Order: sequence, then structure tokens, then C-alpha cells
Amino acid sequence: MKALAGTRTVLAPVALGVLALALWQALVVAFEIKPFLVPSPLGIGGAFVDTADHILDAAVQTGLNALIGLGIGAVTGILVAILANALRVLDRMLVPLVASLAVIPIVALAPIFYAMFGAAANTGRQLVAAVAVFVPMYLNTLQGLRQVEPVHRDLMRSYAATAEQVNRMLLLPGAVPYVLNGLKIGSSLAVISALIAEYFGGPANGLGIAITSSAAGSNYTVAWAYVLGAVLLGTLFYGVTAALEGWSRRRRRT
Amino acid sequence: MTDPRPAVRIASVDKIFRGRKGAEVHALSDVSLDVAPGEFVSLIGPSGCGKSTLMRLVADLDQLTAGEIEVFGKTPEQARKDQDYGIAFQQAGLLPWRTVRANIELPLEIHGVDARGRAARSDELLELIGLADFADHHPDQLSGGMKQRVAIARALAERPRLLLMDEPFGALDEITREHMQNELVALCKETGAAVIFVTHSIPEAVFLSDRVVVMSPRPGRIKDIVTLDFSARDEELREDSTFYDGVTAVRMLLHDGAADGARGVENR
Repeated sequence: MKALAGTRTVLAPVALGVLALALWQALVVAFEIKPFLVPSPLGIGGAFVDTADHILDAAVQTGLNALIGLGIGAVTGILVAILANALRVLDRMLVPLVASLAVIPIVALAPIFYAMFGAAANTGRQLVAAVAVFVPMYLNTLQGLRQVEPVHRDLMRSYAATAEQVNRMLLLPGAVPYVLNGLKIGSSLAVISALIAEYFGGPANGLGIAITSSAAGSNYTVAWAYVLGAVLLGTLFYGVTAALEGWSRRRRRT
Repeated sequence: MTDPRPAVRIASVDKIFRGRKGAEVHALSDVSLDVAPGEFVSLIGPSGCGKSTLMRLVADLDQLTAGEIEVFGKTPEQARKDQDYGIAFQQAGLLPWRTVRANIELPLEIHGVDARGRAARSDELLELIGLADFADHHPDQLSGGMKQRVAIARALAERPRLLLMDEPFGALDEITREHMQNELVALCKETGAAVIFVTHSIPEAVFLSDRVVVMSPRPGRIKDIVTLDFSARDEELREDSTFYDGVTAVRMLLHDGAADGARGVENR
């Protein structure tokens, strides 16, 4: 029964996807829609296969930027959350900063970063991703650190545990599910931010650059093939972090 | 028991909780009590009589407003830092990501005992509580009674001469509860530790204690103390008339006075 239900949860969305693609293909053929408006799925698929090498190169570059940004954003988010949890004052000081980071479209910072670090470096893109990742990492970790049960707090106090021990043995292990959830949210944001940041300049490599230059060169089908590559890259990031979260949950037995 | 000092000395203690807008709750008023080394003392009374608060003051988990508390001749803070007491609560409070063994070893780990020393001590304690086969299990695989046993083993890890227990069997069913009481009697005999035991249950207090301290609420104070002198605490005692005399004595004290005085006490 469980296997059947599992098959059903996989099969249903796949079936819907195939149906949608078939309908898309049929509409493009039936109404002779021009590729610069909407290319057909088969056309995009063909272009994807033809340019697979270039798409892979671009995806590796964008993925690397996203990964570095994810790492920097995750580590700083966790560290700042630990500090803010320990120091109420810092927490209150950070509230407006985090709130503004959450509402400002962070890619808007890209041109400024390019000016700061030079347009030939990928640093600006990585930083854009890092800032985007920082927000959910910080908020989730802080929430996780505050989920501690009073009985555990009393116990640690009765053991005369140091602040470092309380963090290492009680608060951080307790916050792991929240941290991993933040990482899952952050992973998608990292890819999106690193990619969109390419639209604002910087070195001529990566999926975002490839999409804009293909579209500018009227290679619409190829542009869509790069978009497909971006979708796959984002799915990969999300899938890996979601799997990490699931694995951790099974292992923790909570 | 050559140490002439009391394990715990509580002298004229007051505790006032100050809420917001100046609201005050007088939790304890002029409470004095000595607990001898190796003595088992229960605190019983209706909800709000301050029995848990009194235990938390001894544990240095709350600060007293007036009076004085000494634990083995030290301030509660120093006694806490010196790990002179072990503590267990109504919630077992095990860390779900740690195994049974790692939970028992938690206080030892915090105080820098090396891995070999920790393993040796947790082996002893697992044997003592009869859970040696469950050493590598996680808390979610244990019953309520087993979790509470692990919590007690953890409280005993540092070989404290004082155990503070806040309704440790309060969430257990009656059969498990009596079983745990029998085990606690055996543990206390073996460790020789003094115990301050907070409970709602009259038979539990009478069965376990050398003295039962009956408290009354608003403000929390000691109403009277019932001394029990049983030769043995075993299953036969539960059927014995001296046991029922003790239960009756405690119950009379709890029901005496204000009509609502005994609310929250379980007569079981």
C-alpha cells in the first residue's frame, strides 16, 4: 500500500507534466506559433541536447557562485543567530536590518558589488547569493535556538554548564531541523540570486549571461534551453538540501 | 552518616514572585526545615503551596527573597557549581537526539569526565536501573517509566549526596508508579543520598519518606511534619496498618482548616 501511494505521489505530477508538455507542443504546431514568441517543447529539448556542453559549463559556473554564496550566507546566518540569541541587545539591533534585507530585492545590490569588486570577478554574484541566503538562515536558526524546553534549561543550569556547552550540547542540536529548513529555502534563493545577478553585468560566463545573450541574438529556442538548465540547477540545489533535511529527520527520531 | 551537618538547612525562607504591574505572589512564607544526610523528606500540599518553589530554591534554579538556605554548609549556588545534588523533574527531559547512554553521560560530559570514565559510570547506572539492553536506544523508543528511570540514573551520575525530585512519577500510571517507588527505595538504600521529594500523592509520600512535610498555600508555609518510622519499605508495607495510619495522619493535616485547602491533592 505504501509503495503504491508512493508511486501515486510520483506518477500524478509526472503525468500532469507530460500532459501539459503535450498540450504545449500541440498548440505551437497547430497555431504555427513563432519560436520568438514561444518555441515548442521538442524544439527546446533539441536545442538543449545540441548545446548541452555549453549549458553544463554555464551551469557549473552559476552553480559554483550559488554554492559559495550559500556557504557564506549559511555560516554567517548561523553565527549571527547564535550571537543574537545570546545577546538580546544585538537581536533588537538586527531586527530593522534583517527586515530591510527581507524586503529589498537583493539582486539590486549586484551593480554596487560589481563596482566594489570589479566586473571581472564573480565575487559580486557570490555576495548577492550570500546576502539572500543570510536572511532565511538567520531567522530559522534563531527560531530553532529559542525552541528550548524549560526543563532542559533547568537541567543545564543545575549542571552549571557554560554558555558554550549549552549552545553545543542543547541549543544547536535542538535547532538542527530549523537550520536545515533554512538551508532548503536558502538553496533556491542562492541559485536565483546568483543567476539574476548575472543580468546586471560581471564576467561573461554563467546561465544568466547565456540566457540574455542568446535572447539578444534572437536564438530564442537556445535561450529557453538555458532556462531549462537553470530550472535543473535550481532543482538540484533544492533536492539535495531537501534530502539532507529528510535524512536528518529520520536519523533524529523526533 | 558521621557528618553532623544537615544536608540541607532552610531557615526562615520567604519567596515573593514579582509579576508585571507590581503584582506579587507570596509563594513561601517563613519556611524552616532541616534535612539530615541520608534522610528522605517529602513535600506535599495542594497546588500553589510552594513545594516545587522550595525545591527550586535549594537547587539554585530560583532566588529566595529572604531567609537563608545552606546545602552541605554552602550556598545553593556553590552547591550547584560543585554538583552536590542530582535533580529529576516530572518531565524526564531527555535529549531526543542522544541515546539512553549518552543521556546518562550528559552531566559527566559537561564536567569533563573522559570517555572511559563516562562509559564505566553509565554501565553501572544502566545495570542499576535495569536498562542495560537499552543503552543504544533513543528516548522515543522507551516507555514513560523507562524514560523516568533514565532521568534518575542521569541524576545519580555524579554520585550526589542529595537528590532533588519534583514529582518524578507524576506522569506515570499507578502500576508503574508503585514499581518505580520500590526501585527508588532500593536506590536510596544503595546510594545513601538524602532526598527532597515533591509529590501530590499521599500514599507515595508516606511509603517513601522518613518525614512528610505538609504544606498549605497562599502564602506557602509548612503546616506540620509527619514522622514515619517503618522498619522496611516493601510491598507488605503497602498493606500494613501502620502505613494506613501514616496516610490518615497526612490526609487529616491536608484536609484540616480551610475547606479548599486540599484541592489538587490526589488521595491515591
